[in-house]
Amino acid sequence: MKRLLSFAAAFAIGLSTITAVSAAPKKEFNIAWTIYVGWMPWPYAAETGIVKKWADKYGITINVTQINDYVESINQYTAGKFDGVTVTNMDALTIPAAGGVDTTAIIMGDYSNGNDGVVLKKGKTLADIKGQKINLVELSVSHYLLARGLSTVKLQEKDIKTVNTSDADIVAAAKSPDTTAVVTWNPQLLEVKSEPGATLVFDSSKIPGEIEDLLVINTETLKDNPNLAKALVGIWYETIALMKDESDKGKAAREAMAKLSGTNLAGFETQLKTTYMYYTPKDGAAFMTGPELPKIMDQVRGFCFEHNLLGEKVKSKDAVGIMTPTKALGSAKNVKLRFDASYMTLAAEGKL
Amino acid sequence: MNIAPARGSRIVLAAIPFFLIVMVYIIGSAERRAANPEDKLLPPISEMADATKRLATEPDRRSGDYVLWTDTAASLQRLLLGLGISTLIGLGFGLTVGLLPIAGASFGTIVAVISMIPPMAVLPILFIVFGLGELSKVMLIIIGVAPCLIRDMSIEVQSLPREQMIKAQTLGASTWQVAIRVVLPQIMPRLIKSVRLMLGPAFLFLISAEAIAADVGLGYRIFLVRRYLSMDVILPYVAWITLLAFLLDLLLGLFARKIFPWAYVEELR
Repeated sequence: MKRLLSFAAAFAIGLSTITAVSAAPKKEFNIAWTIYVGWMPWPYAAETGIVKKWADKYGITINVTQINDYVESINQYTAGKFDGVTVTNMDALTIPAAGGVDTTAIIMGDYSNGNDGVVLKKGKTLADIKGQKINLVELSVSHYLLARGLSTVKLQEKDIKTVNTSDADIVAAAKSPDTTAVVTWNPQLLEVKSEPGATLVFDSSKIPGEIEDLLVINTETLKDNPNLAKALVGIWYETIALMKDESDKGKAAREAMAKLSGTNLAGFETQLKTTYMYYTPKDGAAFMTGPELPKIMDQVRGFCFEHNLLGEKVKSKDAVGIMTPTKALGSAKNVKLRFDASYMTLAAEGKL
Repeated sequence: MNIAPARGSRIVLAAIPFFLIVMVYIIGSAERRAANPEDKLLPPISEMADATKRLATEPDRRSGDYVLWTDTAASLQRLLLGLGISTLIGLGFGLTVGLLPIAGASFGTIVAVISMIPPMAVLPILFIVFGLGELSKVMLIIIGVAPCLIRDMSIEVQSLPREQMIKAQTLGASTWQVAIRVVLPQIMPRLIKSVRLMLGPAFLFLISAEAIAADVGLGYRIFLVRRYLSMDVILPYVAWITLLAFLLDLLLGLFARKIFPWAYVEELR
C-alpha cells in the first residue's frame, strides 16, 4: 500500500510540474492566437519571418501557435501552457485574471467597430427583441453587447430568453426556421445578416472601444523577460504597417492574411472596415493611457460580476483588481489584470 | 486464471484504482494551489463539494431554479426519449430486415451505409430540418444509435437456427407468428445488451447536442461554465453523468437477468 501511495505521489508531482507555470528566465516563448480579423497579423508575421527577425534581435525564440477554439486558447494560457494569447478585454478579465493568473495587456490591437452585432429575423428595431429567444454564445462578448444594447432600449435581460449556441454552429442555427434572433461576431455575422429578412439592429460601433482585442502576456514572465514584450511589440507594428499599406505589397499581405483566416481579400477587407485598428503604437498607447479605458473596464467588470463570471463566491465587482496606466479599479491587493502602455510607447519613440 | 478473489478482497481490489485516482488528484490539486491560490484548473474536493451543494440545494440567483436538478431532468428526458425511440426502431426494423429476405434485400445495405455516417458531421442539416429545440437533440441520439441497433438486431435474427423457423412453419405458424413467438423472445436479451453498450454513445451525442445549442441540460452547463474555466462545477458534473450512466447500465443489466434468466445461465458468477 505504501509503495502504491508513493507511486501515486510521484505521479502527481510529475503531473503538476508539467502543468505548473515556470517563471524562471527562459529563452523560448509560446504565443497562442485564434482566427479573428484583428489577430491575423500574427500568423502572417510568423510565416514571413518577421517573428524570427525580432526574436533573433533579442536573442529569444518565439513560437506562434494557432488554436482552433478561442476559449480553449485562453484556457490553455490560463493553465500555463502559453506565455501569451490574443484575447478580448472581457475574457482577459474573466478567465485568466479571475483565475488568479496575473496578466498584462501590452498591445492594444483594435476595438470592434461593428464586428459584433445583434440580428433579428422578426423585427426591425432593437426594441422588437422583447420576448424573443436569442441564440448567442452566452457569457461572451456577444452577451455583453446584448446587455449593453438592451439597456439602450430600457429592456432587461429577463425580458428575453437566451439560448447558448456554439459559435461554430451559429450560422446553421440562424438558418433554422425557429431561430428569430442571433448575436454573433464576424465572420459569422456577415453570413447571418445576409439572410433574407434579417436586420442588423445593434452593433458594436454603438459602443466604441468597449470590445477590445488585446495581446496579453503572463505578468511574471513579462517581469523576468521584458525583451519578450519588446520583441512582440516590434513584430506587431511592423506587421500591421504592412497591413495598412495601400501599395501592392500591402495588398499582398492582406491577401495572405485573408487566406490564413479562410476568406478572400474582399471578405477580409469588409471585416477590416468594422474593426477600428490602432495602426500606430502612439495611438494604441494613447488609448491605454486615456481616460476612457477605466470607464470601459468598469462597465465590463460590472457585467462580469452580475453574471457571476468573476467566480461564484465573489461578493463585489472589486474582487479582481484592474490596473490601467491612469487609474486602478477594485482590490489593490489582488491586481490580476494590468494594462501596460510602456512597450507601445517605446515603439512609438523608436527605442526598440 | 484459477485464483479468484473472495468477496471481501474483491471489493478492496475494486476500490484501489478509484482510491489511486483520488489521491493523484488531491496531490496535483494541492501542488497547483501552492503555486497559485486562485487556481481553477484542479480545485480541491472541498470546493467541488461547495459548488455541488450550491447547484443542488440553492436556487439560482437569476432564474430561481435548482440548477443541478433541472439540468438532470432535461438531459434525462432527452436521453430516455432518444434511447427509447431508438430501441423501438432498432427492434422493429432489425427484426423485419433480419427475418424477411425482401426487407433485407431492400433495406440491409442502406441501413449499413447510414450507420456509417458520423452524426456530428450532419449537425447543420439536422438544425435546419428539425430546428434548434428538443427535437433536434433527440434526433441526434436516434440517428447515432438506431442504425447500429438495427444492424445488430438483424444480424442476431439471422444467426438464429434456420431449423427453428422451418419447424414453426411446418407446425402451421404464419410469418407474423414466427416473428412474435419464435424470433422476438430470443433476440430480446441481445437487444438489452446492445442498448447497454449504446448508453455511452447516446450520452456522447446528448452532451454534444447540448453543447451546441441549449438553454438547460448537463452538457449545456458544462460548456457554459467552461467559458470561465469553472472546473469546480465541471468535475462534479462529469462524475454525476458517469454515475447516471452507470446506474442506467446497472438497472438494464438487473432487469435483463430478472426477465430473461435463461440467457444468463452460462454466465460466470
